[in-house]
Amino acid sequence: MNLLSEAFAWILNNPAEFNRALGQHLLMSITAIAFALGIGLPLAVLILRYGKLAAVAINSVNGLRTLPSLAILAIMMPILGIGLWPSIVALTILALPPILINAFIGLRDVDPDAVEAATGMGMTERQILHKIRIPLAAPAMFAGLRTASVQVLAGATLAPFIGGGGLGDFIAIGIGAMDPSRLLVGAVPIALLALGTEFLLGQTERLMFGERRAA
Amino acid sequence: MTWTYKNLGLIAEAAGQHLILSFLSVLIGCAIALVLGIVSARRPRLYATFLTIAGIIFVIPSLALFAFLIPIMGLGMKPALTGLSSYCLLILLRNVVTGLRSVPDDVLDAADGMGFSRWQRLIRIELPLALPLIVSGIRIALVTVIGIATIAAFIDAGGLGAIILQGIDQSWPEKIIVGGALTALIAIFFDLSLSWTERRMLRWRQG
Repeated sequence: MNLLSEAFAWILNNPAEFNRALGQHLLMSITAIAFALGIGLPLAVLILRYGKLAAVAINSVNGLRTLPSLAILAIMMPILGIGLWPSIVALTILALPPILINAFIGLRDVDPDAVEAATGMGMTERQILHKIRIPLAAPAMFAGLRTASVQVLAGATLAPFIGGGGLGDFIAIGIGAMDPSRLLVGAVPIALLALGTEFLLGQTERLMFGERRAA
Repeated sequence: MTWTYKNLGLIAEAAGQHLILSFLSVLIGCAIALVLGIVSARRPRLYATFLTIAGIIFVIPSLALFAFLIPIMGLGMKPALTGLSSYCLLILLRNVVTGLRSVPDDVLDAADGMGFSRWQRLIRIELPLALPLIVSGIRIALVTVIGIATIAAFIDAGGLGAIILQGIDQSWPEKIIVGGALTALIAIFFDLSLSWTERRMLRWRQG
């Protein structure tokens, strides 16, 4: 408890430093999620049309998943240098698999009867995509977004080790100087941010789509 | 690639540490999940409580979780094992309970009718029938932990993450690639071999 109040006191005494780290943390996470959505959702629609391409894309993205997040971040440094951008690129790569796979499976596994009925009503492929597949796949897409968000927030804590800043900075400093209260300055907000995001997105999911179906 | 050739011993040692760390974590996690699962499988409220706690731990980013453990346990293997085994709890607990609950009621009735005690029924009927799902949980947990274990290098627990960290500190891409790719290969290897085991078990049960 003592450590916790020390950590809290540090934040109150150094608001500028704390806010800058929090800002960087949020900025890189949100940008990465936006990029991953911008790439992943259109890509899911694209590979839906080409069966062979889908297998290749899904398998390679699944392979990407086994790479540890630390390695994905680390390898950006020799390629892109240090700073915020290499972290954003790495986090985008981290967020892509859950978004792409969930969206693809959601679009693919839409009830075939619904598609058939739409075809019978004279809808074109395009109309079926926009009016049937995408709305019915929305819950799966949202579930992907939720998984990706938690992963990106976790990945962002590693950004300071490649010069990307963020809340993980305090943990890095805390480990380096063996300063437990500084560790908590990073760890507590990081944990609260992740738990809050998971909770909020979970509630939103329930509100929008009812009880969660499949992941 | 010269660094890799010259340091094969060092890389093997790091991979060994990584495997020990991952296996021990899943083993500890498994023991805890089995106890919690057996206690809570037929008590929905208790199970929901356990699941919520395990879920909260699972969402906390690993570096932050380690940071919480450092003031209590210091650096090294101890906080790393604690952190990593708490991570697998959610996955393992869910699979243990789903497995135990999937045992049909008439099978349980038959066991009771044959005069099995609760304990005998658990050991000889319920756990063997739940085994495929438990193995599947172990597979997912192990693959997850192998990836996260790289982060344990930050708290001096060694493993392949230490090679990646060296690569970052010395701007040496080869080290980053070797550490990262080897971690991925190990994860893929266990994913494939344990899913093979799962399939064998299911087939054996049906046949």
